[in-house]
Amino acid sequence: MNLLFILFFPLLIGAYLLIAKPKHAFIISLSASILEAIATGFVLYNINETLLPITFIQDWIPEVGIQFSLKADGISGILIGLCALLLPFIIGSTSNTEKANHAQYQGLMLLMQSAMMGAFLAKDAFLFYFFFEASLLPIYFLASQFGGENKSAITFKFLIYTIFGSLFLFIGLIFVYLRTPGATHSADIETFYLTARNLSAESQGYLFLAFFIAFAIKMPIFPFHTWQPDTYTTSPSQGTMLLSGIMLKMGTYGVIRLIIPMFPLGIGIWGNTAIVLSIIGVIYGSIIAIQQKDAKRLLAYSSFAHVGLISAGMLTQSFDGIQGALYQMLSHGINVIGLFFVIEIIERRTKSRDLAQLGGITQSSYALTVCFIFLSLGSVALPLTNGFIGEFILLKSIFDYSLILGVVAGITIILGAVYTLRLIQKSMFGNVSRITTEFSTLTLEEKMVLIPLSIFVLLGGVFPNAILHFSEESVMQITQLLK
Amino acid sequence: MTAIIALSLFGISNLFWGFWFPRKILQILTLLFLAIGIGLTAMDWNHELLWFGNMFRTTNTSINFSLIIQLAAFLVVALSRGFGADDEHTHPAEYYAILLFSVVGAILMVSFDHMIMLFVGLEILSVAMYVLTGSDKRNLKSNEAALKYFLMGAFATGILLFGITLVYGATRSFYLSNLANIIATTAPESMPSFLYIGVILMLIGLLFKVSAAPFHFWTPDVYDGAPTIFTMFMSTVVKTAGFAALYHILSGVFGGIYSTWVLTIYFISMLTLIIGNVTAAYQQSVKRMLAYSSISHAGYMLMTVSAMQSSSTSTVLYYSLSYTLATVAAFAVLILVSEYQTGRKEKPEDYSSFEGLAKNNPGLAFCFTISLLSLAGIPLTAGFWGKFFIFSDSFNRNIIYPVILAILMSAVGIYYYFKGIIAMYFKNGDIEKIEVPMLFKIALWFCTIATLVLGVYPNIVKSLF
Repeated sequence: MNLLFILFFPLLIGAYLLIAKPKHAFIISLSASILEAIATGFVLYNINETLLPITFIQDWIPEVGIQFSLKADGISGILIGLCALLLPFIIGSTSNTEKANHAQYQGLMLLMQSAMMGAFLAKDAFLFYFFFEASLLPIYFLASQFGGENKSAITFKFLIYTIFGSLFLFIGLIFVYLRTPGATHSADIETFYLTARNLSAESQGYLFLAFFIAFAIKMPIFPFHTWQPDTYTTSPSQGTMLLSGIMLKMGTYGVIRLIIPMFPLGIGIWGNTAIVLSIIGVIYGSIIAIQQKDAKRLLAYSSFAHVGLISAGMLTQSFDGIQGALYQMLSHGINVIGLFFVIEIIERRTKSRDLAQLGGITQSSYALTVCFIFLSLGSVALPLTNGFIGEFILLKSIFDYSLILGVVAGITIILGAVYTLRLIQKSMFGNVSRITTEFSTLTLEEKMVLIPLSIFVLLGGVFPNAILHFSEESVMQITQLLK
Repeated sequence: MTAIIALSLFGISNLFWGFWFPRKILQILTLLFLAIGIGLTAMDWNHELLWFGNMFRTTNTSINFSLIIQLAAFLVVALSRGFGADDEHTHPAEYYAILLFSVVGAILMVSFDHMIMLFVGLEILSVAMYVLTGSDKRNLKSNEAALKYFLMGAFATGILLFGITLVYGATRSFYLSNLANIIATTAPESMPSFLYIGVILMLIGLLFKVSAAPFHFWTPDVYDGAPTIFTMFMSTVVKTAGFAALYHILSGVFGGIYSTWVLTIYFISMLTLIIGNVTAAYQQSVKRMLAYSSISHAGYMLMTVSAMQSSSTSTVLYYSLSYTLATVAAFAVLILVSEYQTGRKEKPEDYSSFEGLAKNNPGLAFCFTISLLSLAGIPLTAGFWGKFFIFSDSFNRNIIYPVILAILMSAVGIYYYFKGIIAMYFKNGDIEKIEVPMLFKIALWFCTIATLVLGVYPNIVKSLF
């Protein structure tokens, strides 16, 4: 029942906001998201106590063996936790703007949360696909209605690109589904594991490609990333936060939940290529990020680089790789949302994101600088920040997999430091520019968002074990399937 | 079965009511007649019986198809608010009568058990459609469409009839059950070769009616030229009846010689998918886009027909239903918007007429969005499950490449369906609040909600079949 609540509660409130268009949309959606976070917290607490997954199973289309089944285990737990934790901050970041009481805007964000929760919780493969696709609609409307320059064309490209990818996932799923035993077949993900693993290496290879294209576009992995920088740049900040903070994790989650346990032979054929592509993305994204003038675009490329490392790590199929990927998904989500919010704050006050025009903000807003540095250091993966734990484990798994790839991927730490420190230096330090002279200090609401996020960065770096322990059991089950 | 008799009588009586009653009352009467027809059809549920000298068979499948057809006709009548104004050029009584007759023809087409019955049903439906297409007498495009439809349609019916003759010559029977027996028991070598020619000719005749490529050339012009309300009728009722007949004959009779015709159907379905989707992507007019999209949906449905699985019947039914609901809603919004834009814009049926619709008409925009999403096959709508059932049927037959092609074409489909959504939500336009009549509102919301309910819980309908 708890699972049903955390799945449908945002949907109900979101639908209410969209239909009734109440005046105080901000306070409604903020309190809804906080309530949602508390409810999710309870669910996670229960899982953590018993280390047993919570499931909910209900027939959906019995004629074809499709169930409405949900399951929260250690892996889904981290992602629903991330989704529930971040939403209050994302919604909070709209405070004092014209979007705060825009009922449609807030409603779409809650619908989006519901769809993403569904994708992370689904135990049935078609239910997963259902939510995986459904989440596109709210973010599409959010980005193309409230976005910036040239939004219509850019978001349209994003939409077509991602749906195109997911259609391959769709045929892949149907292909496996029809090979499950029983007259009505079954779409349960665990039945899928058993069925898919018995397929021939050739079929697994093709299926791996079909699944991986869908997830690679979602994450995105080089060379499927061309939609990403434009979409991130043009979306409204909250849309970008949803996209980069949570939605791209649907891709990485899909790899862990579906590809790794289902196609060990398929990964045998294509895994190396996929890892190399991911690492190319890491280096390529970092190099482009170094040259960016637009701060938001810089972050978009840095997000692209980070997710490449996550993808490479988990595709090594090692226990460390998957654990590191999970941990890094969590910390990347927190860091990137904070960073995008900092850019949003700067843009609100100076109407510019151009690094050449910014500078010297630290002289007028010390608090912003401190928070920004905290979040950036998390992103650079300095020890004692959450990013360090994730990247360290990921790099270790890649080193174990191949020394050369490990060395190449390791460059990310240097490159990451270069572009992030450049971002800090150009915006926060240096001489006060024409547009930053009148920079006002942070408001209370902005502090309420940034300071907790910065604290999470630190907490994640100092006490990683609580979370690593939380997912350990479920990751172990997946790696045991591989033996 | 009583439904056909009742509807024919109602149709004739409608001609007389026209002397006394104004259009409004005739519309209500016709709705009532169709409701009675639906009730009578539903009463035959689970009574598998033969009628009219064993030429007509009611089965649960045929009843389901008849219900979909009558539901579509019901919605069309509810949405037909005057063909033009109430002036001397409109003949509402005749229109409603012809609509009822064509529904009778469509019901015959889904429940025939004799080749002649198929032919009679097809002709009743087609002749009615030729008249309705040309009903906008003062519009040149409508006249052209009627003539085009009539000439090509008559030709296609001739081909169908020739096919029936050849099949009769080979088997000496018109009855489907006999035919199926003979075809299943005789060795293929001892069959006269003109049987196969007959089968292909019959297929061509029926494929013409469902506008599959390369027999689709009439579709865009006729759909475009006919008054929109009849375009709606054509793309729902005629298409459903045509597919039911095609499926009925292929699975019921020619299932024994599956291997001889399946390649043709494969090829035609792939061609239809490509032509329908790619051409639709280039259209500027929403009405033409919907015409091409109707061609492309014929391609998807042909995939199920060629898969011929035990579940295919329910797939065809489910797809027809979801397609009907979405198409009716899409055309209904198109009617309202193009009526509003007539006189304001040069081409009232273009995408540009929809620009900014969402601002003052959020309800209409929402209904149109849902219907387009359903046609595109996005989750949460009925169309998604329709596609799902089709793809899984095809995979069950190990049909891989057409499915991959269909997937690619779905992506193209998303492109042109979303063009409408973009125009409504993200383009600036100045459309004021459009007055929506009560019946329109009910029909629109019925279609939209049914599409959503079927999208979230397809089992409501799937378990019926």
